[in-house]
Amino acid sequence: MILDLIPSTLRMTTPLGFAALGGIYSERSGIINIALEGMMLIGAYGYVVGAQTSGSAWIGLSVGIGLGVVIALLHAIATITFRAEQIVTGIAINILALGLTEYLIPTTDRVPGLPEMELPFIGSYSVLVYLLPVLMVTSHILLFKTPWGLRLRAAGESTEALKTLSLSRAKWQYFGVILSGVFASTGGCFLTSEVHYFTEGISAGRGYVALAAVIFGKWHPLYGVAACLLFGFASSLELANQWQIPDQLIKSFPHILTMVVLAGFVGRSRPPAALGKMES
Amino acid sequence: MNIHQSFITFFNSLIVQIRQLIRNLLPPLLAICGFFLLCGVVLILRGQNPWEFYATIFISGFSSFDEVGSVLFNATPLIFTGLAVAVGYKGGLFNIGCEGQLYVAAFAATWIGLYLNLPSVLLVPLSIGAAMITGAFWGAVPGFLKAKFGAHEVINTIMMNFIAFAITNFLVTSVYKEPNQMIPQTSQIHDAAHLPRLAGVLTFFPQSNLLNASFLLACACVISCYIFLKYTRWGYELRLVGNAPEVAEYGGINPRAVTVWVMALSGAIAGLAGVADVMGYRYRFLDGFSSGWGFTGIAVALLGRNHPFGVFAAALLFGLLNKVALDIELILEVPRGLFLAGQGLLIIGLVCMEGISKRNN
Repeated sequence: MILDLIPSTLRMTTPLGFAALGGIYSERSGIINIALEGMMLIGAYGYVVGAQTSGSAWIGLSVGIGLGVVIALLHAIATITFRAEQIVTGIAINILALGLTEYLIPTTDRVPGLPEMELPFIGSYSVLVYLLPVLMVTSHILLFKTPWGLRLRAAGESTEALKTLSLSRAKWQYFGVILSGVFASTGGCFLTSEVHYFTEGISAGRGYVALAAVIFGKWHPLYGVAACLLFGFASSLELANQWQIPDQLIKSFPHILTMVVLAGFVGRSRPPAALGKMES
Repeated sequence: MNIHQSFITFFNSLIVQIRQLIRNLLPPLLAICGFFLLCGVVLILRGQNPWEFYATIFISGFSSFDEVGSVLFNATPLIFTGLAVAVGYKGGLFNIGCEGQLYVAAFAATWIGLYLNLPSVLLVPLSIGAAMITGAFWGAVPGFLKAKFGAHEVINTIMMNFIAFAITNFLVTSVYKEPNQMIPQTSQIHDAAHLPRLAGVLTFFPQSNLLNASFLLACACVISCYIFLKYTRWGYELRLVGNAPEVAEYGGINPRAVTVWVMALSGAIAGLAGVADVMGYRYRFLDGFSSGWGFTGIAVALLGRNHPFGVFAAALLFGLLNKVALDIELILEVPRGLFLAGQGLLIIGLVCMEGISKRNN
């Protein structure tokens, strides 16, 4: 029975994992990113629009990521350049994304999905499912083994550290936030590439769950994606409901789990020291 | 000489106060102007006449008592959610969970109204009380998790939203569904639990006008919040914890306890938005009845600078927008999503202006 849950767990984990990686880049650079939800939503939307008009899944992916970058740039400009309150800006971006995607809702025709690859014994999956572990390891190396990652993390650990090296903190934060847009919107693209059409609010809180996974995973790519695996498993239970539990209640299981995990682990997981802080 | 001097001091303090007022009012007013300008630009881009849009807003909002009453009716739930967000914000907490809180509260009010057969004097306060307690509980859970474990209330209130949607959806589609109906809604609550319509007393409103006593409740709530925040010990503790938790702790206040009761209070106020719909308008619980009031409440609170009177004014503006959105959708075919997107931009503009002014000081 557990084996039956593997395919759905992988499918549920992938969007969360991408969003969580995005969240890690942004928060490691010191910018709180509640806007993951909106970035996923706009990515999911962009995928459908791109794939619909061109007929190609790859163009859909590019459009989705492009829109994600645009909305990430908006978050970056507001929070870094204008020093706007980061949480409120994030919430506003989520509202903006919800409104825009509702207003410009694309057709409900089926759009092509991303190509799939066969995995022995457990089925065939979208290429993004395979890409996630690769990016997870790459992110880990990038963040913790390269000077590039050291600087990005320095931006999140102290408001002054980069200044003493006469480097611009803002530049690294822009990097972090834009990368979060790329990753989170890719997660969103996965959502629509799996179901082949866009529905209002398709991200359904996954951005927030991913953010909880970031905290649970100690702002660390490997642990963060592992945390997503747990949430993905919790979400997959709704597809394999054998216990006659009402649908609606089993759907909220990942949300309850998120709260439990946050309560249990947040104290033990140390955020980047200058997260959300701006130099005065 | 003394008179002369005191006149100068009075005059100076007046100037300072006016300057402060302008500094407080300028960002929201700029944001509102920007919002309307943006609407105009979008309409021009869509090849429509923006003046028609502005005229429609004016006609559909102010042309008769009926229209004004409808604006106030649409503003009522937003006054509650805006106040709820503002009270939390003053205490240093983001209550993004108003949407969930108002759903569970609305269900509690409905349940009391359905199953208790009591005279109005008992049933109305009982329903409202039940709603407030349920909302307070829904808000207090994230507050407790924050105070006890340091878990961020933004994520937890959002999770509580999803749980609230799931539970109420489950209850209204299975256990308490109106028999022989396709729509996911409960049966009507007892007449005794209805909040009366104001058209019954204020005869200049036509009988069909939906404005009801929940608007008076909202006004009372605004004034109580103002007095509570400004003149009571608890209000002082709340603001101190919001501004400087360390100072509060030195002053003998327990910030953790304050965090829990602020979230509870915020949830209780948000719950009243559910009361407004169930007891003042629909007289039943309809699945998904709120059109994002909890989220609009964030914009309302920010636009009102988290001041109760500011929230009231901002809620009226959004009530106007919500009301005319319907007419505009019919006349100009501008859908709701555009308004939502506009709200998002409005909030971003506001916090950017706040950030800039903070940096310049």
